[in-house]
Amino acid sequence: MTKAMIQIFQTVGRATLGVQISLLMLLMLCGMAIFGPLVSPYGETKIVGSAYAQWSSEFVLGTDAIGRDILSRLIYGARNTIGIAFIGTTLAFLIGTALGVSSVLAGGWVDQLLGRIFDMLIAIPQLIMALLVLAIVGTSVETLIGVIAVVDSTRVYRVARAATLSVAVQDFVESARVRGESMRTILFGEVLPNVTLPLFTEFGVRFSSVFLFISSLSFLGLGVQPPFADWGSMVKEYAPLLAFGKITPLIPAVTIAALTISVNVVVDWALRLHTAGFGR
Amino acid sequence: MNATEPSVLTISNLTVEAQSQGAWSPIVRDVSFSLKRGEVLGVVGESGAGKSTVGFSTLGFVADGCRIASGSVIVDGTDLATASDAVCRQMRSTKVAYVAQSAATAFNPAHRLIDQQIEIMVGRGLLSQQEARREAVSIYSRLGLPSPQTIGERYPHQLSGGQLQRAMIAMAIAARPVLIVFDEPTTALDVTTQIGVLKLIREVITEHNAAALYISHDLAVVAQMAHRIMVMREGNVVEEGDTRQIMGAPRHEYTRSLWSFRNLRKQYEPPLAEDTTRRPVLKLNDVSAQYGPVMAVDKASFEVGAGQVVAVVGESGSGKSTLARVVAGLKNTCHGGIISDSGELPDDYRRRSMKQLREFQIIYQFADTALNPRHTVRRILEAPLKLYFQMSRRARVERISELMTLVNLDPGIYLGRRPGELSGGQMQRVAIARALAADPKLIICDEITSSLDQLIAAEIIALLRRLQREKHLSYIFITHDLGVVSAVADRVVVMQNGIIEETGNCETVLDAPTSDYTRRLLAAVPQMDPDWLTATLAQRRTA
Repeated sequence: MTKAMIQIFQTVGRATLGVQISLLMLLMLCGMAIFGPLVSPYGETKIVGSAYAQWSSEFVLGTDAIGRDILSRLIYGARNTIGIAFIGTTLAFLIGTALGVSSVLAGGWVDQLLGRIFDMLIAIPQLIMALLVLAIVGTSVETLIGVIAVVDSTRVYRVARAATLSVAVQDFVESARVRGESMRTILFGEVLPNVTLPLFTEFGVRFSSVFLFISSLSFLGLGVQPPFADWGSMVKEYAPLLAFGKITPLIPAVTIAALTISVNVVVDWALRLHTAGFGR
Repeated sequence: MNATEPSVLTISNLTVEAQSQGAWSPIVRDVSFSLKRGEVLGVVGESGAGKSTVGFSTLGFVADGCRIASGSVIVDGTDLATASDAVCRQMRSTKVAYVAQSAATAFNPAHRLIDQQIEIMVGRGLLSQQEARREAVSIYSRLGLPSPQTIGERYPHQLSGGQLQRAMIAMAIAARPVLIVFDEPTTALDVTTQIGVLKLIREVITEHNAAALYISHDLAVVAQMAHRIMVMREGNVVEEGDTRQIMGAPRHEYTRSLWSFRNLRKQYEPPLAEDTTRRPVLKLNDVSAQYGPVMAVDKASFEVGAGQVVAVVGESGSGKSTLARVVAGLKNTCHGGIISDSGELPDDYRRRSMKQLREFQIIYQFADTALNPRHTVRRILEAPLKLYFQMSRRARVERISELMTLVNLDPGIYLGRRPGELSGGQMQRVAIARALAADPKLIICDEITSSLDQLIAAEIIALLRRLQREKHLSYIFITHDLGVVSAVADRVVVMQNGIIEETGNCETVLDAPTSDYTRRLLAAVPQMDPDWLTATLAQRRTA
């Protein structure tokens, strides 16, 4: 195990500064999300001071309109936003990949039917669709994740289907078919290992966009609901402070940007490493 | 050829190096030769011998990650080894032209032929648009392309392989270059198409009085085209000399080993006596299959006896691959029956039983796509063992090393490797081992040697032949290479346009064919005799 660790450190050591910074940033933000309650000075919804307290040693980033600690809310916000984005994207991938791959392997009318359904879903603008559904069923964490999973799975379906299509025509898949292998073995043994690369890239891109999507929804008041913290709604909440020359509202905006950029840089880097590994 | 005439191309002490893992290692070592106008040098060798690298160097080009380490490449007075990119670019197409193996990928599929043809002339300002178009049409008609007035308006995919190769030669000679490099120009073509293209290349060289480099792994073809032959191996020149001398009395042992592949047939014992007590492993009864309205296979009937090798030959498009797919259950039939020794088989593999599937195995032309790139050799060979025999882990390990030994692969070295870490020949061996793992009765070999070098192909064929005798296997050999047929087959099935033209014993069909088509097919196979092409063409003219 230690050998693998050393190898990982060496690989990271060889990466460019940008990649190293992005990795550090991701680790920090994910650490915040995972260990939030342990590191945050106060509770997420607890009123701990007077409204709009200045930056001080007691409240590092000051307090908000009703006296909640902003740093604590930022840390809890990481947990909510990243968590929802991660679960939503993962679900979208499970749905999209499963349907995309089986659509190709089944072929015929199954492929046609699924293809048309997803075409229909993709034709509706993402944000409008989400607003509509959330307006109908009401906003909660579960519905938010559900909406993201469904809306995003349409994109994943397309990528998965295209990637599978180029693998499925290869002789080794045909060979497995005439050998008499079950659909399951062909799917998990032959096809999936060969589509992970494009899907992994897509995961990075989709995660970033889902993350931004939640932030926009929250900014519009349809995402994570108060009193729970979320980076998007924090930007909205603190926006008036900008008029007083405070930079506090920019901090959640910066963390949003930092996470999105870091994810993209790291995914690009991993991809380059992987393709270089193929050449050997 | 005039002895005092200056050389068009002089390569002296050329060394090209490639970078791997930070270090430079030579891929072409100390190559020297020169060419005069009208002269053709044949470059022969296996893949990886450095043939194409030498060919590229005459364009002042090296592949990515390579460099010209020393030596000079002087084309018409300019040293391209040291010239700037701008100079090299100026020389390409106008002084030196390149004809690649795969015309299908060398053309841009999104542009009409004529636009690609005149691009260089118009782009360099040598001719106006109208002049260049007129010129292009006249070249098309000289090269015997059908309807030269309008063929340029077509897109590459609308032409056949042979026509595309002609179109590429047309593009190469557009600017009347002094040197033309032909890199395996007929390798992708079948024999009957090849002969026409060879004739054309010969005419073009004579007509333009150009010097030419003819790169090929096929000795018989090179013998027809070249005045001199250079044999390369692992970046070194093994032997160089006059064609007749090299063909007649090769000095170097490696050259002789290349030659021996052509004479494989003589090394084999006579085919096994047919076992009449056993039923044939496969019998096709009036089988037809169609793609849309086209009959790809039309009422085909033949038998494969136990332990027998049946070769199915024909040009591309003759339906021989479809026939293989029909047998494998991958192409539905519209008529007729497929009968194995245990009874009639469903035409769709999905309706065949596990036992029926196990008895027929396929080996594909391209081993690199037939093996899952993500799996190790161990996992590839495990699949059929798990599926058909439900072997325990211990039994599998044992069987896998047995299989690998059978195909001459050291399990200790190759067991954990992935296909990407194997050579072409090794991959094909793994594919053979996978087929054997199923303990089949019949193996369908679909052009399995045509993407391999001759020496490797000879080894693979020798291996299959040995396995056949040891395991009493039957093979269906789909191939367009009649050399392979004479090396392996007991019986031959000749196909044209989906119809079986002739069936018979290998010796009978090859030595005394009864159908016209077989005779034409056989006559089109290049012979090692340097006068073969001239003689064949003369015969055609009188016929």
